[in-house]
Amino acid sequence: MIDLLAQPAQVEAPEIDYEAFSPLLALVGGSIVVLMVGLLRPRFVRHVLVPALTAVTLLVAMGLTIWVWDPGDQRPIIEGALTVDTLSLGLSMLFYVAGLVCVALSVRAIAPREAGHGEYHALLLGSITGMVVLAQSSDLITLFVGIELLSIPLYVLCATDLRRATSLESGLKYLVIGSVGSATLLYGLALVYGASGAMQFDAIAAAIGSDELSVTDPLLLTGIGLAAVGLAFKASVAPFHQWTPDVYQGAPTAITTFMAVATKAAAFAIFLRLFDHALGEAQPDWGPALAALAAVTIVVGNVGAIAQRSLKRLLAWSSVAQAGYLLAGVVVGTTLGLQATAFYLAVYLLMNVAAFAVVVARERVSEHGDDLLSLDNLGRSEPWLAWPMTIAMLSLAGIPATAGFMGKFYLIDASVAGDYTWLGIVIVVGSVISLAYYLRVVAVMWMGGYEIEWPTLPRRRVKPVAGWSPEAEARAQPEVAVVAVLFAAATIAFGLWPEPLFDAARDVGTALAGLG
Amino acid sequence: MTIHLSIVLFLPLATGLIGAVLPRGLARWAVLAGTVAVLAYAIVLLADFDSGAGGLQYATDDEWIAELGIRYQLGIDGLNLFMVVLTAVAWVACTLVAAFTEHDRPKLFFFNLALGETAVLGAFLAQDLALFIIFFDLMLVPFYFMIGGWGTGDRVRATTKFVIYTLAGSLLMLAAAIALGVLSTPDGGEISFSLAVLEQRGVSEGTQHWIVLLFAIAFFVKAPLFPLHGWVPETYRASPIVTIALLSAVLSKVGVYGFLRIVLPVMPEGSQHWQELFIVLAVFSILYGSVLAFSQDNVRLVIAYSSIAQLGFVVLGIFALDDRGAQGAVFQMLNHGLVVVPLFLVIGVIAARAGGRESLSELGGMAFRAPVLATLFLILTFATLAMPGSANFVGEILILFGAFGDKLVYGLVASLGVVLAAVYMIRVFQRTMHNRAGPAVESREIDALNLAAVAPLVAVVVALGLYPNFVLQRTETSTTAAIDQARGVAQEVAAR
Repeated sequence: MIDLLAQPAQVEAPEIDYEAFSPLLALVGGSIVVLMVGLLRPRFVRHVLVPALTAVTLLVAMGLTIWVWDPGDQRPIIEGALTVDTLSLGLSMLFYVAGLVCVALSVRAIAPREAGHGEYHALLLGSITGMVVLAQSSDLITLFVGIELLSIPLYVLCATDLRRATSLESGLKYLVIGSVGSATLLYGLALVYGASGAMQFDAIAAAIGSDELSVTDPLLLTGIGLAAVGLAFKASVAPFHQWTPDVYQGAPTAITTFMAVATKAAAFAIFLRLFDHALGEAQPDWGPALAALAAVTIVVGNVGAIAQRSLKRLLAWSSVAQAGYLLAGVVVGTTLGLQATAFYLAVYLLMNVAAFAVVVARERVSEHGDDLLSLDNLGRSEPWLAWPMTIAMLSLAGIPATAGFMGKFYLIDASVAGDYTWLGIVIVVGSVISLAYYLRVVAVMWMGGYEIEWPTLPRRRVKPVAGWSPEAEARAQPEVAVVAVLFAAATIAFGLWPEPLFDAARDVGTALAGLG
Repeated sequence: MTIHLSIVLFLPLATGLIGAVLPRGLARWAVLAGTVAVLAYAIVLLADFDSGAGGLQYATDDEWIAELGIRYQLGIDGLNLFMVVLTAVAWVACTLVAAFTEHDRPKLFFFNLALGETAVLGAFLAQDLALFIIFFDLMLVPFYFMIGGWGTGDRVRATTKFVIYTLAGSLLMLAAAIALGVLSTPDGGEISFSLAVLEQRGVSEGTQHWIVLLFAIAFFVKAPLFPLHGWVPETYRASPIVTIALLSAVLSKVGVYGFLRIVLPVMPEGSQHWQELFIVLAVFSILYGSVLAFSQDNVRLVIAYSSIAQLGFVVLGIFALDDRGAQGAVFQMLNHGLVVVPLFLVIGVIAARAGGRESLSELGGMAFRAPVLATLFLILTFATLAMPGSANFVGEILILFGAFGDKLVYGLVASLGVVLAAVYMIRVFQRTMHNRAGPAVESREIDALNLAAVAPLVAVVVALGLYPNFVLQRTETSTTAAIDQARGVAQEVAAR
């Protein structure tokens, strides 16, 4: 007994490449610090220090990511459980940017006040950690760990607007649906493991390529199918998208923004890694099925959005449609497809953040909440919000001179080059349908009844929320306007000069070797 | 490489942006100065243009987006020289009239006007397919805002319909263009959308068929031609007069220009394959447009449907695949644009005299105290109905001669359109200028502003009627080259 204690157990510690691991460590560390600091009482600490520390954590993680950025290099860390390559690092940048945006949009929000600033921001960092793990995962276990780590904080964050029933409903709905998705995914992963006998993506790819495992093996195909369904829930791909509008509408808008852009990017990171890498050999099997899903998603999302009055629901449906466009890049299973998906994810982040920031700004001051009417005549009353929204809508619709056009061009290019020309045409048809609702938003802002004389703007009646929100404070939200203007400007800038984004996408394209 | 064309191209946008930061009242003058400068530049180009040389002049060719194979490639030849001139002329006239009209939110309006000119010039100048499509789609944006923001009546509905129609066409064209670029790329080659490269590479005949069809949808919507003209009535009715003049005179030409610039040279087999269909649709547009123009009560809609008929003539001329036909088509594109701008401005004057009424049944008797207005309108009427002596006559005759060569029956049917044009245009002239004065009509002379905008255009129209060779000799080389390949294919097929 004493001998046992005296002799430390000989556990072989895994080799850890701390350099490549550093962004993840920074996130976890930051999350803990933020949670602890959040326990202190002073108002300054809660309202200023906690968000600032969160932002610093994200900036540090960004810096470290740039530091370890090395195109073509693939570092398996922790015994091959995680892979640090340009794909994971590139998409991680999107998560950090989305996180920073979320922090900025939360500054005057009610949710962190009610749920506690420390908890709110720590959960946010926790969710980002999960996304990074997911994007880096290179075996089935870390994949699942990543997806849970990103989801569970989000379930809570959706419900942080404690006094609003819809927020609680949103959290609960997301929890239930998310669990179903996770369970399906887990089942699928187990079957893939059963068929291939391997956990690691490389080993799975090798097993599928070998003679022992036919690509038409029923166990494998069932596994792939279930895994696709599980991921489709996360990425809100139709017909597994029904939760999206309700959850997006109910959640605090800052969290909705984060979910819309970051969760989508994370889901597609793992779509790319699992399907284009681990299951790449079976592309002829799952390609047509995923292509059909993509086409259905594009149509369902765009048609669903037409009937929406609530801006958050409208953007939710539009994000469903965008998921369909993105899936086209996965379907083809080529380097070009990978690059196009990564490119579009970045573009998608820019234009959606611009749009959501305007929704945040408007719903705080308008008596119409997030209804379309809250934008009525915005071009006249607040052009600094109307322009970003206009640019975001035009970009989402794929009008030239915006980044959205370049993104769609790239995706159609990839579809055609990957022998899925018909999917390219579906993307185009979807864009045409989408004009019906994007243009309505623009029309409400700019084409209101100008025949009526508007000598001075009528004073806005602001509904006090939870005893707070005097008009003055509600009006002063420079950080939201800055986010909107910044991201709209980037949307235009990358529409005219997309070279930097293309360079980044090309770097990301080097991550998955062996694609066509 | 020269920067001439880049200056012409981005000057309007630059003045629009400058106008946006100037005080409210000055934006209009900035934009007007920009359009005048573009016109001056266009006149210099016209004088400097070497009509004997084939190929592009003042070519600019730079890399823009290497990853997608999109180049910033501009150039002028006989096909687009007069389209650039037309754009410059039309924008000066319309901006001039707009500058003296009170607008709500003037900065935004004039910014859109300027952006529109840049986009249209870009579409005409582009020598890269992707660049062409970018400008082609971009020009919708300012027109969307101008119609929706400053139009009348059910303007939001009208402008939404207009954009959805046009963008549906042009997004299909985008998909087709990307397919063209990808499929024409040889193994291991770099993708390219440069028209010269595409022309050289080519794609298989089967692929050409559906690609040409998708391009044609975009161009037919834009022109507009039967059966894709559904957006026309509402848009024409709801637009501000200046916007609709530009839309009808200049934007409609971009579509048919695309046939000559892109479809015929790059996909000759595909063009030949659909030749018969396009000719039938063109002839149908001529008859359909003429008949509807005759039955409209709203003056604007008469011009709208007459435009459909005129564009039908242009497409007939192009797809006759004959030198004279194509020459006539290019000439007619210019003529129609030059006539429609003053025509709409005159209609604006007429409507202003009648308290905003544009219905033929409420107009009349305008000529009584306004001889100058009536004379100008009469000249424009004669030009539209292709009176012998007018440039339109030369254009339409060339087109019909071109059609008589191989497509005699279609040519004969299309000739009916010339007769019908006389009927509907004279009806408009009578119902507005003569007859009993309408209830709210005030017969007053054309004001100095509109006179300044209309009179020079009318002078140009008359001058072109006297000396059409000024245009024809400059366009000949390029026009012949544009249809050459497709004509070769057609002859080959006929010989088989």
